[in-house]
Amino acid sequence: MAKRSTMVFFTTTLAMTGNLWAQELVVDQKNRSFVKDGAEIKTLDIKVGDVIRFKNEDPFFHSIFSESETAKFDLGNYPKGQSKTVTFEKAGKVDIECAIHSKMHLTVNVK
Amino acid sequence: MMLKSRKYRTFNRKDLLAQAIAFGLVAAPMVAQADAGYVYEAGHASLKEWLLPDAAPSPDDNKYSEKRANLGKQLFFDPRLSGTGQVTCASCHFPERGWADGLPTAVRFQGKNVGLATPTIINLGYNDVLMWDGRMPNLEKQGFAGQGKPADINAGSTVEPEVVIERLNKVKAYVKLFEGAYPGEGLTRESVAKALAAFERTIVSRTSPFDRWVKGDKSALTEQQVKGFKAFVEKAKCVTCHLAPNFNDGGFHNIGLKSFGDADHNAGRFKQMKRKSMDGAFKTPTLRDINQTAPYFHDGSAATLKDVVEHYALGGMVKTNLSPSLPQDIALTAQDKDDIVAFMNALTSEQPMFVYPVLPQN
Ligand code: HEC
Ligand code: HEC
Ligand SMILES: [Cu+2]
Repeated sequence: MAKRSTMVFFTTTLAMTGNLWAQELVVDQKNRSFVKDGAEIKTLDIKVGDVIRFKNEDPFFHSIFSESETAKFDLGNYPKGQSKTVTFEKAGKVDIECAIHSKMHLTVNVK
Repeated sequence: MMLKSRKYRTFNRKDLLAQAIAFGLVAAPMVAQADAGYVYEAGHASLKEWLLPDAAPSPDDNKYSEKRANLGKQLFFDPRLSGTGQVTCASCHFPERGWADGLPTAVRFQGKNVGLATPTIINLGYNDVLMWDGRMPNLEKQGFAGQGKPADINAGSTVEPEVVIERLNKVKAYVKLFEGAYPGEGLTRESVAKALAAFERTIVSRTSPFDRWVKGDKSALTEQQVKGFKAFVEKAKCVTCHLAPNFNDGGFHNIGLKSFGDADHNAGRFKQMKRKSMDGAFKTPTLRDINQTAPYFHDGSAATLKDVVEHYALGGMVKTNLSPSLPQDIALTAQDKDDIVAFMNALTSEQPMFVYPVLPQN
């Protein structure tokens, strides 16, 4: 139930971005760090219009947010197996954190 | 409320609201599964993640040396480090009380209550967040701030920390010890902080019965303690936050203590991280040597480990801002509770008799 409603909702994100070339990248939250393609990352370069799917792979909650002007968002708490997407519509730097685990930081450079 | 901070321009507000409601309603009671996949046998490979590294890691500009740790030990026990000349770090963090003080909340010199429990110093070198609200990233920064005027050792004093440093510089033996331990750095607030940190990193617990069992000694844990470990991981899901290897997660949670219901409750992590979920959230503490440091929780509200387990069995008491990771309805039997307490009693390392330092006089 929960899964379906979030899935349906978030797949609409991609459709609504309007950028045909935009790609969706998956960033996992694993061992309390940000992981892409199996390796821990501290920074990530993406293009305007790209979507990041934040996927929780830890057996506990994460709470990912950004206070950066380029893209302010708060994904709230979500458990293992769930993911949420964010579309990055402006160029600039975005500092992404987890409200629960203070060491979790990811800098996204939107170009 | 939460919606205000959400600004995805791709969504309209109605969608957001529907999503937030759907997610909030169905996701909130869901607690992540602790699927640790352990095999509960002494020495089993699946348990190795519980073993702590031999030494707590130290930063490049304060690598461990015996000279540094010994000097830090003297400073930790030296009242001349305080403005009044009457308080030491060990006035609250004393070795015979698991490096805490046995009080519900700390009491400063001249009687003022700090309003927070004194945490243990044990295994802090393995952590990357310090203080109940996580405002310090490492022991060096804590040692520097800990010499400041509002710090606990300076209660009742109007003396500036620089004056304390001048005072210590008059003790020639100290100047010499600093030259030996930190050549060319002098005796400064920074080098004092470094020495304190070097000493604190030596206060470790990693040879408990549990550690010996993880390494393969079958007789190190009783059958009840093994059952308690299993309940700690699976049924009670304590391991959701008290993770390997140091029984903590570098994170902050509101676990629904009664004091959170007070109008003037301590906001905890919220003071550093202005997000609603962090109101009343505090650092997950280590559970190593935990039977040495009663009473428990940041407000000292649990007198015994049994009380702690009873609190979790209720899923917290004030549930207005609970961590989503705090299990609800875990239905622990009386036996489960006793087993978990028995397990926590197996987390204490046997330590050699502590030897107090001799302080340099002049
Ligand atoms: C009056 C009692 C008192 C004295 C004296 C005192 N402390 Fe503490 N200490 C506390 C309390 C209470 C806290 C928790 C404070 C907080 O989280 O805001 C604490 C926290 C700490 C922490 C962080 C622990 C953790 O788990 O994050 C360290 C490290 C520490 N003290 C070291 C020292 C050192 C070094 C000194 C001497 C310079 C000292 N303390 C003096 C009471 C005291
Ligand atoms: C949601 C995360 C979470 C879960 C699950 C959890 N704890 Fe905790 N634990 C914490 C936090 C955070 C604190 C400090 C809370 C405070 O003082 O406000 C704490 C404190 C404690 C303390 C007191 C430590 C001290 O030094 O005062 C003990 C003991 C403890 N927990 C044991 C357990 C046991 C046993 C379980 C399972 C029954 C458990 N915890 C489940 C996060 C958690
Ligand atoms: Cu997190």
